[in-house]
Amino acid sequence: MCGTCGCGTDDNGPTILKPGEQPHNHVHEHTHDGIHFHSHEDAEHNHQHKVLKIEQDILQNNQVLAARNRGYFEAKNIFALNLVSSPGSGKTSILEKTLADLSAEIPFYVIEGDQQTLNDANRIDALKIPVIQINTGKGCHLESDMVYNAVKKLNIKDNSVLMIENVGNLVCPSMFDLGESKRVVIISTTEGEDKPIKYPDMFHTSDICIINKIDLLPYLNIDVEKLKNYALKVNPNLQFFEVSATTGEGMEAWYNWLKKNLI
Amino acid sequence: MVYSFLLLKIMHELSIAMGIVKIAEDETAKVKENTVTKIELEIGQLAGIEIDSLNFVWESAVKDSVLEKAIKEITIIPGKAKCADCDTVFYLENIYDSCPKCNSNFKGILQGKELRVKALEVI
Ligand SMILES: Nc1nc2c(ncn2[C@@H]2O[C@H](COP(=O)(O)OP(=O)(O)O)[C@@H](O)[C@H]2O)c(=O)[nH]1
Ligand SMILES: [Mg+2]
Ligand SMILES: [Zn+2]
Ligand SMILES: [Zn+2]
Ligand SMILES: [Zn+2]
Ligand SMILES: [Zn+2]
Ligand SMILES: [Zn+2]
Repeated sequence: MCGTCGCGTDDNGPTILKPGEQPHNHVHEHTHDGIHFHSHEDAEHNHQHKVLKIEQDILQNNQVLAARNRGYFEAKNIFALNLVSSPGSGKTSILEKTLADLSAEIPFYVIEGDQQTLNDANRIDALKIPVIQINTGKGCHLESDMVYNAVKKLNIKDNSVLMIENVGNLVCPSMFDLGESKRVVIISTTEGEDKPIKYPDMFHTSDICIINKIDLLPYLNIDVEKLKNYALKVNPNLQFFEVSATTGEGMEAWYNWLKKNLI
Repeated sequence: MVYSFLLLKIMHELSIAMGIVKIAEDETAKVKENTVTKIELEIGQLAGIEIDSLNFVWESAVKDSVLEKAIKEITIIPGKAKCADCDTVFYLENIYDSCPKCNSNFKGILQGKELRVKALEVI
């Protein structure tokens, strides 16, 4: 093991070290079968620095707060869903349709995440559902502390459903656990079937996948089976719902899934 | 479209870089140090971070922080998984790579999702 950079001989397998821009030249090469070449080229470099061993996960702060949210939701029997997708896949439309059809039987609360505007919150508010808008500004995803603050403001009753619409973005929200009970990835038929392997983390971390805008299928040449196969390659446990938020087609199966989770 | 995706990708790495700066600020404050000479990071190949993008945003992220003068050393941890069907342990480049032996997609990730500040070297 290298005393300077601590690389190499790791218990959980080989590591490949990139020297980065340091002034003392390291030559590092590692191969997958554990062979490790290592040399320090500047013998004179003096190592009198103090090293602080940190070993801290960069997302740890969010993870701790996510665990707090999750505990809160469990204690109050709140079923919390984190809805993620590209911009325009239909998150708000699916929410509107679902709330319109089910709010007589299920108490819903909504958190809307967008970089700017209250537009989506206004769409939910029109349905008389309690809603809070989080504007993240430059931030491209929601984080647990934002959800915690929104939840406090919403004053959620026990035994209810919390819908969290994340910022439209298939990249970063995958890394930020919000403490949700389930993660729902939405993709629309206009997006191309290889999206799951282009943005694998989002599909890998989701529990269900809603394929929206199936009313448009006659006008498109997307192969939905191919899309599902790509998604299953990323996450073999993924469960699919094919819907149209516009026509209401297929929504029943998604409603049944939702109700089944409330028991 | 390509442009906006690139922008998102960079935003993503920037938020990670800001997280790193926060950890460094907190940890050095604990021991009353204010200059980090080197930071060691461990980044898994399956963690969704592109090193090039991270390098691209690094300078602006660390500006005026304890990391401003720090050398950044990144250990890349290769992705490794164990097949749930045949127990083969294999390396993977993408989270969706299937088992090289039986082609199954069911697997447990053993390593490669790391995103960690390993150590800080202070003067
Ligand atoms: N044809 C069709 N259009 C839809 C459907 N769902 C949403 N849209 C449209 O897609 C656009 C974006 O929808 P929105 O719900 O705002 O997407 P969000 O950005 O994911 O919240 C809007 O113009 C919707 O009317 C659908 O099932 N079929
Ligand atoms: Mg929306
Ligand atoms: Zn070294
Ligand atoms: Zn080494
Ligand atoms: Zn040194
Ligand atoms: Zn982000
Ligand atoms: Zn196998």
